[in-house]
Amino acid sequence: MSTATTEAPAHGARDGGDARVRSWKTPIILAVVALFSLLVFAIGAPANDVTFRLSEDGDAIVLPPLVVSAPVVGWIAALGMIALAVIAFLRTRSARKVPTWVPAVFAVLFLIAFLTWVVGSARTPNVALYGLLAGSVTLAVPLIFGSLSGILCERSGVVNIAIEGQLLFGAFAAAVAGSLSGNAFVGLFAAAVAGVLVSLVLAVFSIRYVVNQVIVGVVLNVLVSGLTGFLFSAVLTEDPERWNSPPRLPIIEIPLLSDLPVIGPILFEQTIVGYLMYVAVAVIYVELFHSRWGLRTRAVGEHPKAADTLGVNVNRVRFTNVLLAGVVAGIGGSFFTLVAVSGFGRDMTAGAGYIALAAMIFGRWNPIGAFFAALLFGFATNLSNVLSLLGTPVPDQFLRMLPYVVTVFAVAGLVGRSRAPGASGIPYIKG
Amino acid sequence: MKLELIGITKRFGSLVANDSIDLVVEPGQVHSLLGENGAGKSTLMNVLYGLYDPTEGEILVDDKPVTFKGPGDAMAAGIGMVHQHFMLVPVFTVAENVALGNEATKAGGMLDLQKTRTRIRQISDQYGFDVDPDAVVEDLPVGVQQRVEIIKALVRDAEVLILDEPTAVLTPKETDELLGIMGQLKADGKSIVFISHKLREVKAVSDVITVIRRGKVVGTADPDASTTELASLMVGRSVSLTLDKKPATPGEVTFRVRDLTVQAANGQRVVDGLSFEVAQGEILAIAGVQGNGQTELTEAIMGLQDHVTGSITLGGEELLGRSVKDVIRAGVGFVPEDRSVDGLVGTFSVADNLVLNRYDDDPFARGLSMSPAVIEKNAEEKIAEYDIRTQSASAAAGTLSGGNQQKVVMAREFSRPLELFIASQPTRGVDVGSIEFLHRRIVAERDGGTPVIIVSTELDEVLELADRIAVLYRGRLMGIVPGTASRDVLGLMMAGMAGDEALAQVHDVQGGNL
Amino acid sequence: MSPQDDRPASPATDGDAPLSRREAKEAARQDEVRRENAAETAGGELPPPAVPPTATGLGGGTSPESTLLQRIMTGNALVAFLSVVLSLVLGGLLIAITDEDVARASSYFFSRPQDTLAAAWTAASSAYIALFQGSVFNFQGETFARMIYPLTQTLTVATPLICAGLGVALAFRAGLFNIGAQGQILIGATFAGWVGFTLHLPAGIHLLLVILAGMVGGAIWAGIVGLLKARTGAHEVILTIMFNYIAVNLVLYFLSTPAFQRPGSTNPISPQLDATALYPPLLGAGFRLHWGFVVAVLATFFVAWLLNRSTVGFELRAIGANSSAARTAGINVSKGYILAMAIAGALAGLAGVAQVSGTEKVLTSGVAASFGFDAITVALLGRSTPWGTFAAGILFGAFRAGGVTMQASTGTSIDIVLVVQSLIVLFIAAPPLVRALFRLPAPGASRAGKGGSTTRTPASTGAAA
Repeated sequence: MSTATTEAPAHGARDGGDARVRSWKTPIILAVVALFSLLVFAIGAPANDVTFRLSEDGDAIVLPPLVVSAPVVGWIAALGMIALAVIAFLRTRSARKVPTWVPAVFAVLFLIAFLTWVVGSARTPNVALYGLLAGSVTLAVPLIFGSLSGILCERSGVVNIAIEGQLLFGAFAAAVAGSLSGNAFVGLFAAAVAGVLVSLVLAVFSIRYVVNQVIVGVVLNVLVSGLTGFLFSAVLTEDPERWNSPPRLPIIEIPLLSDLPVIGPILFEQTIVGYLMYVAVAVIYVELFHSRWGLRTRAVGEHPKAADTLGVNVNRVRFTNVLLAGVVAGIGGSFFTLVAVSGFGRDMTAGAGYIALAAMIFGRWNPIGAFFAALLFGFATNLSNVLSLLGTPVPDQFLRMLPYVVTVFAVAGLVGRSRAPGASGIPYIKG
Repeated sequence: MKLELIGITKRFGSLVANDSIDLVVEPGQVHSLLGENGAGKSTLMNVLYGLYDPTEGEILVDDKPVTFKGPGDAMAAGIGMVHQHFMLVPVFTVAENVALGNEATKAGGMLDLQKTRTRIRQISDQYGFDVDPDAVVEDLPVGVQQRVEIIKALVRDAEVLILDEPTAVLTPKETDELLGIMGQLKADGKSIVFISHKLREVKAVSDVITVIRRGKVVGTADPDASTTELASLMVGRSVSLTLDKKPATPGEVTFRVRDLTVQAANGQRVVDGLSFEVAQGEILAIAGVQGNGQTELTEAIMGLQDHVTGSITLGGEELLGRSVKDVIRAGVGFVPEDRSVDGLVGTFSVADNLVLNRYDDDPFARGLSMSPAVIEKNAEEKIAEYDIRTQSASAAAGTLSGGNQQKVVMAREFSRPLELFIASQPTRGVDVGSIEFLHRRIVAERDGGTPVIIVSTELDEVLELADRIAVLYRGRLMGIVPGTASRDVLGLMMAGMAGDEALAQVHDVQGGNL
Repeated sequence: MSPQDDRPASPATDGDAPLSRREAKEAARQDEVRRENAAETAGGELPPPAVPPTATGLGGGTSPESTLLQRIMTGNALVAFLSVVLSLVLGGLLIAITDEDVARASSYFFSRPQDTLAAAWTAASSAYIALFQGSVFNFQGETFARMIYPLTQTLTVATPLICAGLGVALAFRAGLFNIGAQGQILIGATFAGWVGFTLHLPAGIHLLLVILAGMVGGAIWAGIVGLLKARTGAHEVILTIMFNYIAVNLVLYFLSTPAFQRPGSTNPISPQLDATALYPPLLGAGFRLHWGFVVAVLATFFVAWLLNRSTVGFELRAIGANSSAARTAGINVSKGYILAMAIAGALAGLAGVAQVSGTEKVLTSGVAASFGFDAITVALLGRSTPWGTFAAGILFGAFRAGGVTMQASTGTSIDIVLVVQSLIVLFIAAPPLVRALFRLPAPGASRAGKGGSTTRTPASTGAAA
């Protein structure tokens, strides 16, 4: 008998000589996009220069604006993309994996080329890059909280469609509690509590009563929308002074650091909610992948029965995680009423919860991935706002569609593949 | 550690899975639980492991009564379990799997996987496991995954180790290695509860054998007891291990497979260059350890697999590349290995399941419109003919017992003229009475002149039915031997030895002994 | 199509077999085991098909959990009734505690509690009476026509709910969670509206073409989702949610182009549809009820036949109940997904037609209102059966129609309807909760497990032991 017989075949054992089943998907998509870029961003580039302002005049450190020629940038980026597509083709032909940096660099080049082209084609080819980025982060804050909430739930095996409801209820509670107490921090606390309340319903119904998680989520969103809408018209609009005029959270500038060009306003000129966002991303990332809680959470989300046989109480872990997710999303909701504007409005989250869900998937259920995905989505939204002022060839509806389209591509496996936690959506019934 | 179960009864509603079972496991002993599929062995062990609360009865550890609220309590009491379906998180590393539930931590609840890795290496060295703590579990072969399960138990200082059907997925060689490991563990003073329905293995390692039938202890036996004695104890009556069947009268060869290769998505060739033929009126059995390409082979014939190359012809017509529906229409009858998943729609009525692949044929449908009355009548006939025990034709198929479900599938497939009949694991999880019935139907189909392919991992079944036996190992054909081949030859082939080589070796050994 | 380069080693397939076969099978197996066990413990009763095995879990996974619909289908009518009552009571409480008179009376609650209670009763009951008068029968109507006017309003509102609800229900039965009725209604309405105000055709043909266009629009929009799911295994919940938002933006874009705008206007509103493109009134000009309702009734008949009596329905139900077995039996699962979504979309498109050529008569981005989301609750309440959905559509139509009257006459916000509606669905989904609240005995003592859910069952005994 040969020595190889210790391996049971057909499970993981891979013969070295076998070729992988080749997938031409990645190279083909890259090629198509590269050709599109060549046509539009390079050949179709506006003949003028594009100005990106990097700092405000009054800033401590003033950087000169970045002026680039639109055709030059277009051509360089398009050729770079073509080169990357060729690399992908060659790798696939020799039946090797396309390294992940290829699509990543490709995406960055595409983004640069697109930005240059779209700003260059505008009536005023001049944009404040610092403002564009800072605005993106601001818009992304609730999305990031929302997607972290989704990650906490799904990593433990509970699908959270109710992010929208958590954000909305958080926003509502923050407005009301902030107004009544006159203290924005009380509002912040109330938002977290409100998020937990929504989570509690999700947890009770989906874990204890094993109701389908997607349905609970969808219905909860309707419930919160109805409830806040009802209370808004029955109570808040009756006496807005008393019920719906919360103080705003102050912006905390970190001395010196906030004066840094471009990144200063992004990182060091935030409200407490903004700083909490960075903390939450880092803490959840570290805890999820390096702590006992994280190990158990992931185990429960991937293979609950295995966790159960090792003495981990599956449903307790899930319950805790769902409640925790409520805290996170609730705080995210407070952004709408304590930071963005001062006061609650009917259905004011306007689908942010669903974009957050998209960011979670696009970020592959990873806090850092979701962070960048949310930033991208925030950027798209902000860009559409800015561009509608500049006057642009791209209808702003298409920019607003971007997060959703990108997510469709992501879940359809056209850009990378998102692999959900194994047991996500499956209730755990012992035995 | 001494473990004692006294009067354990476990009921699920009206179903009594365990009926006042008594069991004593002495320290340093291999205690085998022998019983048929569905006899209640796993339920008993799940009670012992704290996964189920016993309805009645007591568990004593070193003569002190204990109650286990969950597996955590059982583990704390020194009981470890290797489940039949491994309880490993596939995307975790070995170390993460071992640490789970028993995590070594640094300050702030941060994992200290280094400690776990050290422990794994220690145990791995002690027993010669050769397991890399940083390998991702889903990349590991089954045999190694099983060792990870054993390490999980040992890390938790288990004194009693429950092994639930551990050899079901192993090759004969891996099985031997496992039996060796069990010996080592026993030598270290650990007790082992070995659950199996394979008589030879049980006889090889046990100190004590307890036989369970229909949830009850029906006796204990000595490892020296004869195989037939154990078998009759297990199934409750003396069983004739052979089926009366006439010798095959093979006719024309109508089914041919040439150079068939099936690739999995990761490029692995799960079926690798197979060529064989089946004649009308003969049964070709395909033997092999589970997961050696049998499933993919049958699914490839049915058109259920992608990335298939080669050729499959039936009566001269190429089947490869045709849709499942076309293959069925060409007269291929198929009993899939997992009937509840692939063979039946559990929530559909028995009547609907009896026409599951003929619902749109005349007379069951006219155009787009179905004819419920005809379907109902068809069901009544089949229920009578196959003695399907069901409340009515409109009862959901999922409510039937395994044997009756299998009869529904068989009745459906045999209800149309067949050019080829394929059955995967035709009697898995089926009660003894139904097994005989189903076997007889299969042989009758052969005698009617249909080429028949039987896929089975049970050597007994293979030997009982086959006119010729093809053995698959890692997707390759090790050879085709006559249906009268000995177990030893088949065992060697199932472990990857070519047919003629195996025949020669067995011949040598027997010659030497003589 | 072939799998991703970076797809993990798990044996996923592609093309015709979208979901990783093994995952899907494993999920189906768990589901079967659970059902079998449930059947064992429940003394052999087995629920009919429900939201099928493939209908949960996001991303790559599939997972079986038909709990909700199983529950709904097996749950008795009492639980359904009590759920409605309970939800109405909770809604009433909400109305009462936010009422100003109640607030005033409660300031001296401890001296005269009856005042508070009376005020609360008045607040809630007057709101509900207004709701009833606005949805069923108006006692104060001067003529019989005025009296039953509310009922016709209910039917008018119910029309799109029924059509879209049927779409959601049909997809459910095929194992697909269609959250995308909203987008499908919008696109259907856009197609229908465009035909209605751009083409100028003779009466009869024009309306038929409008209806057809609406169905085609919805079918395409949903069909893309079916196609993506069949080809790539992407989860339809995420896809349909995303497609809802894409649809809104797409319609907004269309409405910013001259082809869709009124001549000389840049507002995002289309010209009025031609008179030939409108559903004629069903009961004369005095009522808003239009022939769209008859179409909805016909659609219900059609879906009932399709699901229960046709080979297509057999295929779709088989896919929904066990896609693995369906595939083995020669049913083309990919085709089934695409077909189910396309039919669902066509039905949602009918809802769009009902809106654009029945009630609204112009195309705006708000033409779908929230009918697409309400349709989900309608289908759930209707147990995903055609006539159940029909009935649920009328109930929720009544809530909506009555809500408008209620808001006008008692000042109670129509949002309360959303609250009541979602509470009903939640309660119905969790019968044990309702039973516990009303101290009802659980059905069958053997089912008395944790929270009444499936009791601990011998998941492994079937195969092992």
